[in-house]
Amino acid sequence: MEQLKTIGRELAMGSQGGFGQSKEFLDLVKSIGEARSKAEEDRIVLSEIEILKRRLLEPDVPKRKMKEYIIRLVYIEMLGHDASFGYIHAVKMTHDDNLLLKRTGYLAVTLFLNEDHDLIILIVNTIQKDLRSDNFLVVCAALNAICRLINEETIPAVLPQVVDLLNHQKEAVRKKAIMALHRFHRKSPSSVSHLISNFRKRLCDNDPGVMGATLCPLFDLISEDVTTYKDLVSSFVSILKQVTERRLPKSYDYHQMPAPFIQIKLLKIMALLGSGDKSASEIMYMVLGDLFRKCDSSTNIGNAILYECIRCISSILPSPKLLEAAADAISKFLKSDSHNLKYMGIDGLGRLIKISPDIAEQHQLAVIDCLEDPDDTLKRKTFELLYKMTKSSNVEVIVDRMIDYMISINDNHYKTEIASRCVELAEQFAPSNQWFIQTMNKVFEHAGDLVNIKVAHNLMRLIAEGFGEDDDDADSKLRLSAVESYLKIISEPKLPSLFLQVISWVLGEYGTADGKYSASYISGKLCDVADAYSSDETVKGYAVSALMKIYAFEIASGRKVDVLPECQSLIEELLASHSTDLQQRAYELQALLALDARAVESIIPLDASCEDIEVDKDLSFLNGYIQQAIESGAQPYISERERSGMFETSDYHSQDHHEVPSHALRFEAYELPKPSVPQQASTELVPVPEPSYYSEPHQPIPTSLVSERDSSEIKLRLDGVKQKWGRPNYQPTTSSSPNTSSISQQAPNGTATQHSDGGVGSSSSKPQSSYNSKKPEVDPEKQRLAASLFGGSSSSRSDRKSSSGGHKPGKGTANKPTTIPKENPTPVQPPPDLLDLGEPTATTVTTMDPFKELEGLLDSSSSQDGGGSTDVMGLYSDAAPVTTTTSVDSLLSELSDGSKGNSRTYQSQTSKGPNSKEALEKDALVRQMGVNPTSQNPTLFKDLLG
Amino acid sequence: MIHFVLLVSRQGKVRLTKWYSPYTQKERSKVIRELSGVILNRGPKLCNFVEWRGYKVVYKRYASLYFCMCIDQEDNELEVLEIIHHYVEILDRYFGSVCELDLIFNFHKAYYILDELLIAGELQESSKKTVARIISAQDQLVEAAKEEAGSISNIIAQATK
Repeated sequence: MEQLKTIGRELAMGSQGGFGQSKEFLDLVKSIGEARSKAEEDRIVLSEIEILKRRLLEPDVPKRKMKEYIIRLVYIEMLGHDASFGYIHAVKMTHDDNLLLKRTGYLAVTLFLNEDHDLIILIVNTIQKDLRSDNFLVVCAALNAICRLINEETIPAVLPQVVDLLNHQKEAVRKKAIMALHRFHRKSPSSVSHLISNFRKRLCDNDPGVMGATLCPLFDLISEDVTTYKDLVSSFVSILKQVTERRLPKSYDYHQMPAPFIQIKLLKIMALLGSGDKSASEIMYMVLGDLFRKCDSSTNIGNAILYECIRCISSILPSPKLLEAAADAISKFLKSDSHNLKYMGIDGLGRLIKISPDIAEQHQLAVIDCLEDPDDTLKRKTFELLYKMTKSSNVEVIVDRMIDYMISINDNHYKTEIASRCVELAEQFAPSNQWFIQTMNKVFEHAGDLVNIKVAHNLMRLIAEGFGEDDDDADSKLRLSAVESYLKIISEPKLPSLFLQVISWVLGEYGTADGKYSASYISGKLCDVADAYSSDETVKGYAVSALMKIYAFEIASGRKVDVLPECQSLIEELLASHSTDLQQRAYELQALLALDARAVESIIPLDASCEDIEVDKDLSFLNGYIQQAIESGAQPYISERERSGMFETSDYHSQDHHEVPSHALRFEAYELPKPSVPQQASTELVPVPEPSYYSEPHQPIPTSLVSERDSSEIKLRLDGVKQKWGRPNYQPTTSSSPNTSSISQQAPNGTATQHSDGGVGSSSSKPQSSYNSKKPEVDPEKQRLAASLFGGSSSSRSDRKSSSGGHKPGKGTANKPTTIPKENPTPVQPPPDLLDLGEPTATTVTTMDPFKELEGLLDSSSSQDGGGSTDVMGLYSDAAPVTTTTSVDSLLSELSDGSKGNSRTYQSQTSKGPNSKEALEKDALVRQMGVNPTSQNPTLFKDLLG
Repeated sequence: MIHFVLLVSRQGKVRLTKWYSPYTQKERSKVIRELSGVILNRGPKLCNFVEWRGYKVVYKRYASLYFCMCIDQEDNELEVLEIIHHYVEILDRYFGSVCELDLIFNFHKAYYILDELLIAGELQESSKKTVARIISAQDQLVEAAKEEAGSISNIIAQATK
């Protein structure tokens, strides 16, 4: 039965103008669809690859068959397998004269090849030919391919033709030509820099589609250089005005909104042009005001425009009236039930808050709700907002929250980001040194392997240099508190490497500084570290250096040094280490122990990590020696650059630029032979082109052979295009790394030779804070949190500039005391995970039985008027088919989809009654039945489209 | 700019992929695996956006199919959501109430349509009518070619096999 349906479907497709695929292909697709596991799918694909390999090798494959093979290759590649064996056939197909085949060929190559693939060179010629075609569809296909395949190196080969196409009579071609130029601009801005006037001209194109497309390159150009486009401000404003007045053809309407995508693009451009420009901004006020009035905030697209307006307003010079309108729009977003709109609201708030800091206050409860929402995306956006509104009065609450969240997530990318934000905020606004150290410890402990090594170095520097004020007392207190907290943490198991490095360094530098701890105590701890992390050479290196410092300070102060037995055995072990670095450190330490106090003091002076070291980079002290050597007959040194000169091609692997690879080709046809030109040298150099398997009027010749010497004779006619072909003179920048490494070797206390790794601390104690409430209502706890977050928000953000030292509590209404806790906060139970808070709070979760909801849906389905647009988030309306033809089966499958998706939220609500059991059974049944539930239910999009 | 477009079924099967930024085959598989893991597990009612490796992924579910687009931090998510919907509307108009099956068997057509809508990761045409016109122009050529090949009989032969 199902098969019959499928066949019927195929027939229907055939009549729509599709080429019916062979049974074989349909079977492939079907069997993949029915595969129950990834392994099975892989098996099917692998056997398909074998089949195709064999088929493609057969002689005289009919073209129609070949086309299907290529589509099958596309399918294989889409499923994540390698189809590179067939790429060449796709390339061949682009050469075909039949547009249908050509189009398939182009589609396949654009999907297969990246712009730096070697085969592209074989397509450029075809593209050139197709750009000249009379059939605009051929030209369109070629332009599509250009946008994907042409790289910096091949731009000049097609550029003149693309520019000509800007005046093509078909608007579809003009539009694609514009987009192709836009792509060129992205790839290599210099290649199209002389064509900018063309973009301006196309802005006045008769066809709105072309005009809309032109906005893409203009946006990029303007974001690079605003000043040269100021004259266009009034044009953009008037275009936007015309669009909003519905002067564009009706076909550009989208959900009753006139050309919304063009409006959004224009707003983006205006935001750039109006930024910091009073007169430009004033021109825009009018139309922006109109937009706010006209925008329909009941549709998603209307909200998209509103949001873009908010962005525009926050970017241009502020106008009080517009700010008010924007604030209104934001509060509408925040009050909405849709998470999407809340998200946009939070984002908009973050933008507006820079201009008018008071705006956040009225939305504080909404913000807190978003912060506690189970939706991760929303939560992260809210953290971003909090990050933007942090100041010294609320830094503790915000950073504590961030750290709690950081601990709860697994996503390393975001963990890294939030960790670095915590560090940044802590450095800027720390109310006290103790708090700062504690916070850093927590960050390092939980994300130590993710934070940038610079953060660790910063922390060390901060502890070494103090807070920049001439208050030695405070600095030594800071160090003491760091040492104390580290000694407490150090025995915890499994600390991140980077954190251990920091600990070792600080203990070595300041462990014995104020005499509270004895040298043997500290060195015992350090030996423990080296012992416990014996596989981590970096940590060991830090530990040994720290030991060296401790003993050096002891010796220098004239005390008798007793090397602990475990330390002695550590040294002996390291003397035989495979790591030369560790070995050297061990030898140095051993040697140091034998020196007298005076020598030791000059090698490792006390607390000198911040002293500057002068390094003679020119090694001038060696001059005499060199002079002597030369006099006695040695060859003078010739720098590597001079030795290899510009002919050295192997050392420009610059990662940043797309350098011209050595296989650059010419794409022009041969020039007509001129009697006088031929030179012997060039004829020798140019090899007879190998007969290739396709016949084209022009053969590419490898310029790499011709380029240098003959480039003057064989001129590329590139009509004003910047020369891109020859090899640029890459001058290997003489790296200064030998110097720098030698500098770091000499750093007095030996910390600089380390490598990047993670590191971090512990202290699971968390200050009891006010936010571990669980009640859904706006309870006092929540309000307290709000107050502590927003309390001081009226005071200006300018106090951010005070770098970490000035711990002046905000003068706002902050409830949170900013006074420094005198001792470490008593360890308490960590507040519950933020995520846990979400579920009981989830006021959005309806307790409705999903089946009831389904019934309601069935009832209403006949009368539903295609209004999917009103309910952006509504899964049910999205997923539920509305047509009368839907069978019960498919509905169930939809339902089970839905209930499965919900299951996490529903679990707590649905009782253990028959319903949930039934749902589970049905879910299992449906999943057993179908590869894709939709196969029984062909018209699923109908509900959206009426 | 849009970095890639993904169509993934609820079961995590890939229905269509289009990459506007360079990714190697390996990276592609990894991206698909990672994203479908994230997106398929998100509940209803949540945001249609996911922050992912410094980018944002906007997705929308239609029946059992997820349409995902990866965009830059600075792009307008709501707009991209509407671009997805715009694409679906065009597909719907082309296939006549489209379903997942249409896209499974005619993925190349879905690609052609996408190529008329997006180019190099930017929206090139926002008028449904214009897109429909150019697609039908292309199809007429196909129609002509088909007559030549006499393939209608072919199709029927296949169907009745």
